Amino acid sequence: MDDTRIVYLDNNATTQLAPEVQKAVADVEASVYGNASSMHTFGRRAGALVEEARRNVADLIDCNPDEITFTSGASESNNTVFEIARSLIEKRGGGRIVTTTIEHPSIMETVKYLRSEGITVDMAPVDREGRVRIDELKKLLGDDVVLVSVMTGNNETGSIQEVGLISELAHACGALFHTDATQAIGKIEVSCRKWNLDFLSCSGHKFYGPKGVGVLYAKKGVPFQPFVHGGEQEHGRRAGTYNTPAIYGLGIAAKLAKEGLQEEHDRLWAMREKLRKGIVASVPNVVVNGCQEHCLPGTLDVSFENVEGESILLMLDMRGIAVSTGSACATGSLEPSYVLLAGGLDVELAHGSIRFSFGRYNTMEDVDYVLEVLPPIIERLRAISTH
Amino acid sequence: MDSFMTQWVYTDTVKDHFMNPRNIWKKEENWEPQGVGEVGSLACGDQMRVGIQVKDGKISDIRWLTYGCASAIASTSMMSELVKGMTLEEAYKITPSMITDALGGLPEHKFHCSVLGDKALRAAIDDYLEKNGMDNPYRKNVAKIICECKGVTDQMIEELVKTDQAKTLEDLQRLTGYGTGCGKCKSKVALQFEEYKHIYGK
Repeated sequence: MDDTRIVYLDNNATTQLAPEVQKAVADVEASVYGNASSMHTFGRRAGALVEEARRNVADLIDCNPDEITFTSGASESNNTVFEIARSLIEKRGGGRIVTTTIEHPSIMETVKYLRSEGITVDMAPVDREGRVRIDELKKLLGDDVVLVSVMTGNNETGSIQEVGLISELAHACGALFHTDATQAIGKIEVSCRKWNLDFLSCSGHKFYGPKGVGVLYAKKGVPFQPFVHGGEQEHGRRAGTYNTPAIYGLGIAAKLAKEGLQEEHDRLWAMREKLRKGIVASVPNVVVNGCQEHCLPGTLDVSFENVEGESILLMLDMRGIAVSTGSACATGSLEPSYVLLAGGLDVELAHGSIRFSFGRYNTMEDVDYVLEVLPPIIERLRAISTH
Repeated sequence: MDSFMTQWVYTDTVKDHFMNPRNIWKKEENWEPQGVGEVGSLACGDQMRVGIQVKDGKISDIRWLTYGCASAIASTSMMSELVKGMTLEEAYKITPSMITDALGGLPEHKFHCSVLGDKALRAAIDDYLEKNGMDNPYRKNVAKIICECKGVTDQMIEELVKTDQAKTLEDLQRLTGYGTGCGKCKSKVALQFEEYKHIYGK
């Protein structure tokens, strides 16, 4: 391990803190301990930092600061939105939710739960590129639909959805529209105004901010009810003492993301494309998953025929390269990635999938290193494989 | 970061067998097996092929190939080391626990799905005996795997039926998880289930 380079290519799982964020969080941790809800000087100082963060986030996702609620992360934000929909359905004595087959587990599992409670949830399928089939989605829409929820960019394939169009379709039938933009934030332009969003979820740790803090955007005037009940924080929208350092750090991360958006997009895409081309050129029998045109710039998902993903992951790990896999073996379940299967990928290929996800701190040298290490690993595993 | 590589997902022995698998069936070797067994499928995420040579009733040599995760590769490798030199009867009785013990243990969720080497070996011994027109005195004494993904054997089903723990197929699925992997075993399990219910008058 001593002479091994360390290459972190799992930025869709989480990112490292930006040094600027790390410093900001540490400073606040050390000096601002007041409760942001308190009226005295200590509290007001903390409160000012929370509000500064709120403005930074609003700037990044193009909305008003008072439309931002801080949460513990996108999972909580997603849960809150679906709880709002459930409540609306119960109040109206009927209605449906429409989402897709490739959402994050915090939505998939919530759907399972809501269904067990008698709520109807329909799921629009995706095409082979992992993009929502608009024709099928349209069939599911109707005036009884309360909420449509479609993620912006997928965590596994990186496929970007037609969020603006889907938002329009949802509104045309009178539904609210939510997008889980967790993977897209800081990588592509995300605009609550342009897309006319009602709700948006994201997490700080996917764009070099702290873990355990996230955002729920709710357009002014849309129905709302808290998921976490308790205090009057966030105007009663989310109880719990403000995590001032994390929220402030999230704000700094948002500011950095906004400033460097286009440049970061181009850098990530260049590394991703170099890796894609390099793998396709040097490893036979591979399938590149997802959409290659509408794709999050740092995400590359590749299936290697006749090799199982966990083996690849662990061999790469041994050489200092961190990736993730859609193989069942890595998850402890027996089913490989539902996202890849939803796109119609063969089960075998899903077992052999590896996701490389680039971030701000990767370099072209990282790509060179992966291209040096990966092909012999695949060759070696294929040599001992049954096929 | 000192323990960066020391706290691996698997034991050092698993790691060793994963990185340096023993008795690999290399194409260029032109090795000729006297019996071949294959279990699992690519769809399940694990597949093993085992070849054996037999001399004086003992496994004189063994080769294998595995498509699967690190524990699948390591457990087949360990199995191949353990059974070399064993009599066919001894080899036939090797269990997943013997393999995982030799590996220093496997994570709980890996035990059933990835340790298939013993089943592949038994299939190879069956094949050897059949090819040579010999009786197979071992087969009936050993649990037969019905659901490969979840490692559910006929004996497990028998026990659950006999003790009234599984009164319906739903019970059986809840208790064993059968049919929740590739799903290929469902009709076989149902047949076996009905058979035991009949045998034990349930």
